[in-house]
Amino acid sequence: MRLTADEQAMRDGRDGEAVALAMDLLVRYGDALGAERLVDTNNVCGTVSASTPFMRDFALQRSGMDAVFSEFNLDSDRAVEIPPVKVYSTHLQLGFDPNQSERMGIAEEVLRFYRKGEGYTAGHGIQLANTCTPYQVGNVPTRGEHCAWMESSAVIYCNSVLGARTNTEGRESTGSAMLTGKIPYWGYHLDENRRGTHLVELDVDIESTFEWGMLGYYIGEIVQERVPVVVARGGRFEKVPNLQRLKHFGAAASSSGGVEMYHLVGVTPEALTVDQAFGTGRPVQTLHYGEAERQQTWARLNSTARDRDVDYVMLGCPHYNIEQIWEACKLLEGRKVHENSALWIFTPRAIKALADQNGYTRIIEDAGAVLMSDSCSAMSRTMPKGTKVAALDSAKHAHYLPAIMGVQSWFGTTADCIDAACTGRWNGALRT
Amino acid sequence: MTGDATIHGGFITLHGRKVVGGAAEGEALVSSERISGWGGIDPRTGTIIETHHPLRGVSFAGKVLVFPGAKGSSGWSNQFHLARLTGSAPAAMLFNEMTTKIALGAVVVRAPAMTGFDLDPLGVIETGDWVKVNADRGIVEVIKREPRPG
Repeated sequence: MRLTADEQAMRDGRDGEAVALAMDLLVRYGDALGAERLVDTNNVCGTVSASTPFMRDFALQRSGMDAVFSEFNLDSDRAVEIPPVKVYSTHLQLGFDPNQSERMGIAEEVLRFYRKGEGYTAGHGIQLANTCTPYQVGNVPTRGEHCAWMESSAVIYCNSVLGARTNTEGRESTGSAMLTGKIPYWGYHLDENRRGTHLVELDVDIESTFEWGMLGYYIGEIVQERVPVVVARGGRFEKVPNLQRLKHFGAAASSSGGVEMYHLVGVTPEALTVDQAFGTGRPVQTLHYGEAERQQTWARLNSTARDRDVDYVMLGCPHYNIEQIWEACKLLEGRKVHENSALWIFTPRAIKALADQNGYTRIIEDAGAVLMSDSCSAMSRTMPKGTKVAALDSAKHAHYLPAIMGVQSWFGTTADCIDAACTGRWNGALRT
Repeated sequence: MTGDATIHGGFITLHGRKVVGGAAEGEALVSSERISGWGGIDPRTGTIIETHHPLRGVSFAGKVLVFPGAKGSSGWSNQFHLARLTGSAPAAMLFNEMTTKIALGAVVVRAPAMTGFDLDPLGVIETGDWVKVNADRGIVEVIKREPRPG
């Protein structure tokens, strides 16, 4: 790695120990990648929290949150004092919703520790967006902007839909980027790595969020970490997918595989045409997604589910936006969550405030459901007590929740999920 | 891609690029599938937990982990970082596909790691083989678990 004079000075300790450790991590990381240099960034999304028991104990046994940042954000065994961040930094989702701690079974002392951590984060200049979807609450990078983002579902949205540039960063690289404003110039920061590798031809029309989620899940399993180029049936997307659809599509593709960038021909900014999406390259493989692939994907996403009595319905992976909360309210209005079931909906705190203002929180609560923020069941590892069978409208969550929590999970439309919450029974099916 | 003589000799040498320096040896654990970090492993034990993964329930703690690469959540490095702190990290990592997840994960695991091999490690190394990794010299020596029938 070649460092500029300024970067070398940071590494040599000009800006203090923490910045030197951050630069050291970036150099080790850049060398591991085979990167030639760093690039400036002024948009970092990461996490510095200590919300698992292991991390909490780590903080309590050492010098508090500085020790956590030193170890888990800078990969330093030695705890050093952490200065305020140098560049615009946004905090991602956390281990629980501090305003629903009782419901989530969070102990009092854990909550107290959390509040201190929150103060530390804000005190260091990190924005407390507390969401996996920073692009839903005002962090919308410009096309071509170099970013350093964690959270695979946000990374794929940032690259593909917004045309900004980021790799899937991790906790240590984003922590180091916050203090230095630097990240390795590698991967999706470079034009040549943003071109398509696989051509995906749709033999069916994809319209609903549910269908976009399944398509993403199918594509991710096949292309893994490569760059799919999706062409609509007839060559043109008659119904242009909106934010929630592409959010679910990308989240699914980055869970079943490691997709960090895709192109939808005629929709996403670097793919006005198939030729533009592939550049000078040619597809290494052409896939078709039709009725058979659709059914196969649905079966795969429901492979853990057997029992039709549903204990728990979770919506909001990735975090719901206000359009989805509005839709959920329309489905819930005049109904009640069944006594044997529960419904939790997760959204960013800023959108929760809007839901409060619009009366949606009241509609949700009147139905016996809960609108939560900051986290989700997979992140928090919390579900209503005794949950054995869950229902989900997110392919990403259907991928992770059974693995993390050992529950069965049904995957279906939002309407199927809300119906399951209100009847206590799963009646979802793959409809044509 | 490997000559019969190499396999019959029960000893194979691979050359590759250092990702993280150092030397280590141990029993191979070969995963034909990519590995997910967050939601894919339990860092307390180094066990793979992903629902459809062929190595579900198997731990890589102390093993030379041979796999295609990383996939899934950006929590990859943090989960492997935690595995190092709990003593459940692999002794070394050999992989084919370079991504930011695996590069950062390998850096924070601080065990020798290599990629860019002249022979596909997934093709020549099998679970149970004894593997000596010298990442500084860019060399991996594989001692086959038992000679294969001709």
